[in-house]
Amino acid sequence: MISNSISGNSGANIKASRIFIYLILIIFAIYYLLPLYVMLVNSLKPLEEIRGGGMLNLPIVWSLDSWRSAWSSAQIGVDPSGLRPYFWNSISMVVPAVLLSTILGSLNGYVLTKWQFKGHGIVFGLLLLSCFIPFQIVLIPMAKLLGVFGLAGTTAGLVLVHLVYGVGFTTLFFRNYYSAFPTEIIKAAQIDGAGFFRIFWRILLPSSGPIIVVTVIWQFTNIWNDFLFGASFADFDSIPMTVALNNLVNSSTGVKEYNVHFAGAILAALPTLVVYIVSGRYFVRGLMAGAVKG
Amino acid sequence: MKNYLQLWLPRIVLAPSFFLILVFVYGFIIYTGYLSLTDSRMLPTYEFMGLSNYPKLFGLRHWKIAVNNLAIFGILYILICTIIGLLLAILLDQKIRAEGFLRPIFLYPMALSFIVTGTAWKWFLDPGIGLESIMHQWGWESFHFDWIKNRTFAIYTVVMAAVWQSSGFVMAMFLAGLRGIDGEIMKAAQIDGASGFRIYRRIIIPMLRPAFLSAFVILAHLAIKAYDLVIALTNGGPGRATELPATFMYSYTFERNQMGLGATSAIIMLIMIFSIIIPYLYSELRSEKES
Repeated sequence: MISNSISGNSGANIKASRIFIYLILIIFAIYYLLPLYVMLVNSLKPLEEIRGGGMLNLPIVWSLDSWRSAWSSAQIGVDPSGLRPYFWNSISMVVPAVLLSTILGSLNGYVLTKWQFKGHGIVFGLLLLSCFIPFQIVLIPMAKLLGVFGLAGTTAGLVLVHLVYGVGFTTLFFRNYYSAFPTEIIKAAQIDGAGFFRIFWRILLPSSGPIIVVTVIWQFTNIWNDFLFGASFADFDSIPMTVALNNLVNSSTGVKEYNVHFAGAILAALPTLVVYIVSGRYFVRGLMAGAVKG
Repeated sequence: MKNYLQLWLPRIVLAPSFFLILVFVYGFIIYTGYLSLTDSRMLPTYEFMGLSNYPKLFGLRHWKIAVNNLAIFGILYILICTIIGLLLAILLDQKIRAEGFLRPIFLYPMALSFIVTGTAWKWFLDPGIGLESIMHQWGWESFHFDWIKNRTFAIYTVVMAAVWQSSGFVMAMFLAGLRGIDGEIMKAAQIDGASGFRIYRRIIIPMLRPAFLSAFVILAHLAIKAYDLVIALTNGGPGRATELPATFMYSYTFERNQMGLGATSAIIMLIMIFSIIIPYLYSELRSEKES
């Protein structure tokens, strides 16, 4: 920990520099909050008010119409369906993908730390490297493969895609977490006759709470926010929220309903934002674990 | 018999994931690599024609624009994120009482989709209703800001939005680094009469080397992958002014029926990322083994 370091010695100096520090921090807080504020206030205005300028002003006439429109009646693609069906598409894609990738990741992490075999380092290396590939490299063969298996344009196909390209991260998370878990306990349980799954179920899993939360949040955020796979592989029945939002905002026909766009953007952001607000600590930990290994 | 099962069970459990990765990542890389050596158009064709797509790609004006934009975007994105991240981390580390309140504000953009970020900034930077019109309304009539519609400057609006999204994350990485530094070092330097600024410049910042390295690797790889933000903010435009390799790949493969060239551009992106990430992961894994 580092304390009172930038400031000089005399009292007045310290006070001035404290005020200066706070000032900079507050300016940055405003900078980060500004786009959210802009989205929020303008989603509550009628369209004429936005067109008249004053994007930063509070609404004169408060209205929830654009929220209603964004959710259930705005034109997206050919259908005036609003974002509602796409919201459910996203949910039914995200939930199985997150669950499956977390379960696989925890088992993989368990094997790679407590049941190491010859070549486990290479397996882990390949899994780790897979986290960082640019997904453009897999788009063409994936499109072909999904077509061959009849999964093109389906939610099941997207679940598979997100499972495959998420399992590297989930394995990394659990591996780093379990590697700190004392191996002696595992050894002792083995001597007592406990098998592979029994040790996992009774000993490791009960103490995995934090890493499960971190992994679920990380996967949820990433998969919910994905655009590339959704745009490449989805059809009407499976188009996720992000792709629908982009269609809503960038549809060239008709007037630009900025207020509806802003309401739609907040709707698309809401699930991950809520997760972040509820469990920010774990979210940050996941980010850091994804960046620097634990 | 039971022991035999126990011996193989771990490998059996790991096998499905390993198989998936082997096929869907490494197999697909090889497949795309092969396509880059063919004259595939709308659909894959498998007739080998050597490396001719590579010089062809680098001769394309469109690709040159994309690579040039990536250089501008990547350098500014990494540089500004690092500066802002470091500044905020150092300031937050001065025993700020409101830290618990400020930190989540700096970091929440990271939870948003780039499509959401792009939508917000697209209209905020729009000269008709956004910043320019706000300034006019506040009485600054001559204020002019149409970068998002300007071929020369549009790429800088992508930098603005991307920095907004990622700089808080860099702050968190530096803050974690600062919190790992022993406070005694600071005290010793202060007793020696070094000023706050000097202590940071000479002692603390050099000690953050690992955080700088991680931040660089993460940001560089995000920059090379950048796709969604450009699609939502400018859709590559105006014209091709904000085209990046990722958008190039998509449009050549799926919209212009030049799959061979699309695959070639994907391979180039992979090489760029791997040349940054592989040395990094290698050194990380090695230092882990040593410790």
